[in-house]
Amino acid sequence: MQILIVGCGNVGLTLIDQLSKEGHNITVIEEKSDVIQNVVNNYDVMGIVGNGASYSIMKDAGIESADLMIAVTNSDELNILSCLFAKKAGNCSTIARVRNPIYKKEVDFIRDELGLSLIINPEEAAAMEASRLLKFPSATKIEQFVKGRTELVKITVNEDSRLCNKTLKEIQAEIKSNVLISVVARGEEVFIPDGSFVLRANDEISVIGTSKDTLQFFKKLKMPTARVNSTLIVGGGATAYYLAKSLIEAGIQVKIFEKDNARCKQLTELIPEALIINADGTDKEMLFEEGLTRMESFVSLTNLDEENIMLSMFVKSVAPKAKLITKVHRVNYDEIIGSMGIGSVIYPKYITAERIVSYVRGMSNSRGSNIESLYKMNDDRVEVLEFNVRKDSPVIGIPLQNLDIKKGVIIARINRGFESLAPSGQSMIRGGDTVIVVTTNTGFHDIEDILQK
Amino acid sequence: MNYSVVRFMIFKVIELIGILMLLPFLVAIIYRENMAATVFLGMLIGCIVVGAVGSHFRPKKITLYAKEGFVVTALSWIIISLFGALPFVLTGTIPSYVDAVFETISGFTTTGASILNGVDGMLKSVQFWRTFSHWIGGMGVLVFMMAVMPLVDGNGMHIMRAESPGPSVGKIVPKLKDTARTLYIIYFGITLVEIICLWISGLDLYAAMTITFSTVGTGGFAITNSGIGGYSTLTQAIIIVFMAICGVNFSVYYYIITKRFRDAWHCDEMKWYFVTMFGSATLIAINVYRAGLLPTPYLSFHHALFAVTSIMTTTGFGTEDFNLWPEFSRTLLVTLTMIGACAGSTGGGFKFSRLIIILRTIKNELTFIIHPKSIKKVYMDGRAVEGTTVKSVSAYLGIYVVIYVISFLIVSLDGFDFETSFTAVAATLNNVGPGLNMVGPMGNYSQFSVLSKVVLMFDMLAGRLELLPILILLSPQTYKRK
Repeated sequence: MQILIVGCGNVGLTLIDQLSKEGHNITVIEEKSDVIQNVVNNYDVMGIVGNGASYSIMKDAGIESADLMIAVTNSDELNILSCLFAKKAGNCSTIARVRNPIYKKEVDFIRDELGLSLIINPEEAAAMEASRLLKFPSATKIEQFVKGRTELVKITVNEDSRLCNKTLKEIQAEIKSNVLISVVARGEEVFIPDGSFVLRANDEISVIGTSKDTLQFFKKLKMPTARVNSTLIVGGGATAYYLAKSLIEAGIQVKIFEKDNARCKQLTELIPEALIINADGTDKEMLFEEGLTRMESFVSLTNLDEENIMLSMFVKSVAPKAKLITKVHRVNYDEIIGSMGIGSVIYPKYITAERIVSYVRGMSNSRGSNIESLYKMNDDRVEVLEFNVRKDSPVIGIPLQNLDIKKGVIIARINRGFESLAPSGQSMIRGGDTVIVVTTNTGFHDIEDILQK
Repeated sequence: MNYSVVRFMIFKVIELIGILMLLPFLVAIIYRENMAATVFLGMLIGCIVVGAVGSHFRPKKITLYAKEGFVVTALSWIIISLFGALPFVLTGTIPSYVDAVFETISGFTTTGASILNGVDGMLKSVQFWRTFSHWIGGMGVLVFMMAVMPLVDGNGMHIMRAESPGPSVGKIVPKLKDTARTLYIIYFGITLVEIICLWISGLDLYAAMTITFSTVGTGGFAITNSGIGGYSTLTQAIIIVFMAICGVNFSVYYYIITKRFRDAWHCDEMKWYFVTMFGSATLIAINVYRAGLLPTPYLSFHHALFAVTSIMTTTGFGTEDFNLWPEFSRTLLVTLTMIGACAGSTGGGFKFSRLIIILRTIKNELTFIIHPKSIKKVYMDGRAVEGTTVKSVSAYLGIYVVIYVISFLIVSLDGFDFETSFTAVAATLNNVGPGLNMVGPMGNYSQFSVLSKVVLMFDMLAGRLELLPILILLSPQTYKRK
């Protein structure tokens, strides 16, 4: 597809990286020439220096033949304006990043009346992810598939867990659960496990199943499944606002630390149910005074990555049981931060980019490929794909145990109509099913690709 | 430096040379030149085998950073010349290997400087290979590779930058591969049209093809001793048109194809190029006609325009021996030699875009002296030129002068007259071919010593690859592991 990206900050870069790997023709518009220079040197894209909302620049970038325009500059207004121009000039789909909470109420109007295809708010998306995690604190990550009917939940195996030092076969015999352990990350390595794989302490496993199944699985493991009752948020920015709103709706108590007095007043007007504390979140005494050790969860949302990480490490040392969520802006060091053991880390920019990429995939899929959705995890080494199975596919009507499937591929779920089945050796795929495949081999285009050639 | 990537790319290039030998092999078969056919078949098989074996182990990830990109480009050009020279030696056309390499480098760099005293009796297939090397070198070997093979994983922009002429190389479509393809499609189209035009004008197909290769690559190897002088005025006019076309930035043609006429028209460089071309041709025509060298004003203009176009596009074809023209005409032609054609064309030289940037920088500097607090940018094609580009153009001018002076000094060791040595360096560094006196349109480079030939070969490569890639190859920093 011909894609135009306006704005080349962190989100823009993540998009360029991902979308150029997937073979799209990308043109980037950005005002800073050194940024463009850098992008053109590192990725196979065309760069144009200029204001993305200018019609002549857009024409230079080939808006007439573009299929999609993505506006991710720092300015909401510029993003909306360039989408409007693109819409008129090139009749393409448009995606805009709009982050000002004031526009939040107008999102529907902007989308429907101004004809934008997708509006994404990074703060809100990050807050929603944080909120999901707080409602299910055992998980370090939750991802939804097949329109929410299937979930992928990431958890870490504790030393005293029932899973520890057992093969998957034994676990299945003991727990009799419908979920499937599909990916195991151990240190630097990633495995797609088979029945004889032995789980160890500190392995990070991803399980796939319906939300009911996963809930049962966790109950059997005696892991906490209830949502947290109280949370402490440090930093009262937009993300905190969206998060607090969502948590309060779910009946969770919220305390927000915010340095700036004026912002505190604003916040208390916006969310009267939350307890707003005008104090520096890095002030230890204040945190203890406000009952840090008794808090079930702690979310650090200040604007400084370093401060967030330090805070989370500190809280981990004084309240080891609390569920921690840390917001990090810079995506470059995700491997190191992931290995620091500070609970769940959310990257607003990454979430934004991921949402846009999945929209783009959806768009290109409607042009002939059979991938319904594609989700990447563990530093892009693992792909979770949702395939539509055609009526003439060679995988149909053969029990799975008789299919000659490539190494590092697992069929995680078969969805038929409104049903979602956990596959066994005897299960068969039928035409019209949607199949979820987890794999360490990348570049699959069709369900056939899982077979040995 | 990542040696395994460089190794892989180089052997791929060798494989490509093998594949390219297929064409002269077919020509040899058609004209029943059995010995040449054997040579070309041997080269074809040999190169493909060597290339396939050498590039058998593909590095896991082919990422080319600036350094590797430049080194790969420079080495590839040296390697193709070393391999491309073998058919000349093996068929006995050019017995000395150094001379053969000179001829091949002159071919690939589209210089057209020859060490041969005469080309009349040459084997047709060898002649074909000689002119075909112009065609390959015109648009670039590695650009061709990128157009047909998906070699580089992430981005081969550095290769494109090293191989394509011009102060700032950009893409015309988002993907490098598509850009390379688009350029080659345009190039191929122009080639095809010229072959047909020349064929209609009365040349046989073989002559039409070989002369076309020399023209569109802006090379200048002729297939007879009389150069282009022996053909009809119509044929010469067709050649003028196609030389001029190939000296223009190819992105202009892309704009025209995609109906972006305004963008095509806004190319400052192209305007300067044509104004200079017709202006100089008129001056030379008057000069030559008044000296009484040519009988009619029309004929004077025809030959003047041919010479000017041939020199400006750095082709180097000749219809008349301009070495015998009046001093003003000769000097003007040497000056044009230094300027060359447009960036992004198949022509060589200093390039009009650089000249424009330098002249406008000088103007801004003058303004700066008169108004010390003034801030001005250099504009070209209606847009501000990046500060880094201006800087690199100035540096380019510096390097150009340094290389010129050193080469000139070494070549003068041979003891030939000033004009010969001076224009020999000018004609090779700018990839033109003919200079004045001994190396004039009717002369050749055979009398130079081996040392001078090596220096001139270096100049041709440096000129074609725009100095830096070749210099990077000579810098010890390049080879440090860290």
